[in-house]
Amino acid sequence: MSQVKTVVGRGVPLVGNDIDTDRIIPARFLRCVTFDGLGAQVFADDRTQMQGQHPFDQPQYQGATLLVVNRNFGCGSSREHAPQAIAKWGIQALVGESFAEIFFGNCVAMGVPCVTAAPADVQVLQEWLAANPQSTATLDLEQKQVQFGESSIPISMGEGARNMFLSGTWDACGQLVAQAEQIQQTAGRLPYLSWSRAS
Amino acid sequence: MSKGTLFDKVWDLHTVGTLPSGQTQLFIGLHLIHEVTSPQAFAMLRDRGLKVMFPERTVATVDHIIPTENQARPFVDDLAEEMMQALEQNTQTNGITFYNIGSGNQGIVHVIAPEQGLTQPGMTIACGDSHTSTHGAFGAIAFGIGTSQVRDVLASQTLALSKLKVRKVEVNGKLVPGVYAKDVILHIIRKLGVTGGVGYAYEFAGTTFEQMSMEERMTVCNMAIEGGARCGYVNPDQVTFDYLKGRDAAPKGAEWDKAVTWWQSIRSNADAEYDDVVIFDAAEIAPTITWGITPGQGIAVNESIPTPEALSENDRELAAEAYQYMDLAPGTPIQGTKIDVCFIGSCTNGRMSDLREAAKVAKGRHVAEGIKAFVVPGSERVKQEAEAEGLDKIFEAAGFEWREAGCSMCLAMNPDKLQGRQISASSSNRNFKGRQGSASGRTLLMSPAMVAAAAITGTVTDVRTLL
Repeated sequence: MSQVKTVVGRGVPLVGNDIDTDRIIPARFLRCVTFDGLGAQVFADDRTQMQGQHPFDQPQYQGATLLVVNRNFGCGSSREHAPQAIAKWGIQALVGESFAEIFFGNCVAMGVPCVTAAPADVQVLQEWLAANPQSTATLDLEQKQVQFGESSIPISMGEGARNMFLSGTWDACGQLVAQAEQIQQTAGRLPYLSWSRAS
Repeated sequence: MSKGTLFDKVWDLHTVGTLPSGQTQLFIGLHLIHEVTSPQAFAMLRDRGLKVMFPERTVATVDHIIPTENQARPFVDDLAEEMMQALEQNTQTNGITFYNIGSGNQGIVHVIAPEQGLTQPGMTIACGDSHTSTHGAFGAIAFGIGTSQVRDVLASQTLALSKLKVRKVEVNGKLVPGVYAKDVILHIIRKLGVTGGVGYAYEFAGTTFEQMSMEERMTVCNMAIEGGARCGYVNPDQVTFDYLKGRDAAPKGAEWDKAVTWWQSIRSNADAEYDDVVIFDAAEIAPTITWGITPGQGIAVNESIPTPEALSENDRELAAEAYQYMDLAPGTPIQGTKIDVCFIGSCTNGRMSDLREAAKVAKGRHVAEGIKAFVVPGSERVKQEAEAEGLDKIFEAAGFEWREAGCSMCLAMNPDKLQGRQISASSSNRNFKGRQGSASGRTLLMSPAMVAAAAITGTVTDVRTLL
């Protein structure tokens, strides 16, 4: 389990509000039993339509690890295929005005931080990245800021999720399973387990 | 912070403990899985050498990839067949009940769990599907999760979560004929926006919801997520209990009385405290339809597509994108918009009452020339019941196709897809770009009765003129 305190790298701005998970990974690519091939299919329809002009296709952004987006990114379907596709393309962290809740939770479980910033600050960062695609930016979860060039913007993240990244406990599975005894106790006090049968 | 609401009571009861991060470890009373979001979760379990902790608390079905015409195995689509086999294998290996095609119990996961009585008040319910909010209609705390979280539930029957705030969304009064549950939720999303519910659970309260059937309440809760709220719920009442009584998985005999007493105790207290309250008047709600590319871009059927000036500055950029994508001009009436395809079905509107309302409109009329119209029942049981009532015959006589149960063209993972720039009148839940299987396809969301009306006239039509 690895701690995530900073993500340092080049960034890719993706401007637009309400970019949903159907656009991130169209449903036809969910016909799979592993996440392996998704990196090539991320934003497939948008990229086809933009004929090479989509930021994920533009040469200056290849190799970027920070994705900077706007409002309500990742809304819609719960498909983890969406953040998996973004991560397999190479993204390690996202900065945005706001994220849809299930998308955010999926990213936490994958170890990919999604931090929010004020709309004006996001715009400044997006413009800086467009002007300086070869320069690196630093997302600092401890200091709660993104540094780029001579500037920085404040960022925020819910404390529970932030603690999971800083302490390296974002993969909750092991911790959850370790509480087997308490889980059985909780199950024991639920009145309905005796009268509802799931199978 | 909310206090004394159903959400608070159910959350507290299911809390296993507090994790070092400060998040809650929450027990999940019912876990539903399907073929799309579970295979990778089972693979993760295998990688870690973990077992399913409570196999009897998970139920599986297959819905997203199901062909609604030729269901012969192996499926024509190799990838769909591979997913099907993975689910069959994973459920068998782990001792999980699987409602397969032809079992009589297969269908959209959010249709079959309620109809079998698996969904009950006071439960926590999770599923790797955002429309899990549907089950909140019973007074359950139900929400969608991703695949890593499906893994967590399989391995521990718990999730690491932060508690949501609670907003009471109150609607009072009687809906006029031709206005349905779908219109109520489209209206709420239009008013509160697609991000309005982020961080909240929505408690749907007030006389309008009290008067609704369980199926109508499911339609409303289903789309809570489209308003940004991960879960939505209605307090359980006599309508809930009457629906549940006698269903396969519902309590029987002495346990029934015990259950009802407990279900009543978990209702939100009269003096419950909410983080926010909003109030709507049912009389103001008209048949509502989306014109754009998010479920929040809705208008009453007798309105015109909003001009940029009529919108808040925040909404103009997205509206500009929508005018272009939809090829609809601001200021023009939505009524009369030419339709190509009509789809009745989905976890939002694929239940008996939905099909009955659509059939009322279709009866004795015929689908307009050049329109492809099809009806996809939400489950094998819905299909069987509809056929017993003769709804299939009404639809077929009117020129609709009558299909097998599944998610179908709501998300178009199966062979049912829009072609090119086609525009659909759809009873489903999402009008995102490319949602219905064509990268340039267009979707207008509306009630099933409104879809039937569009099929008959070939254009967007106020269903009230056909009732």
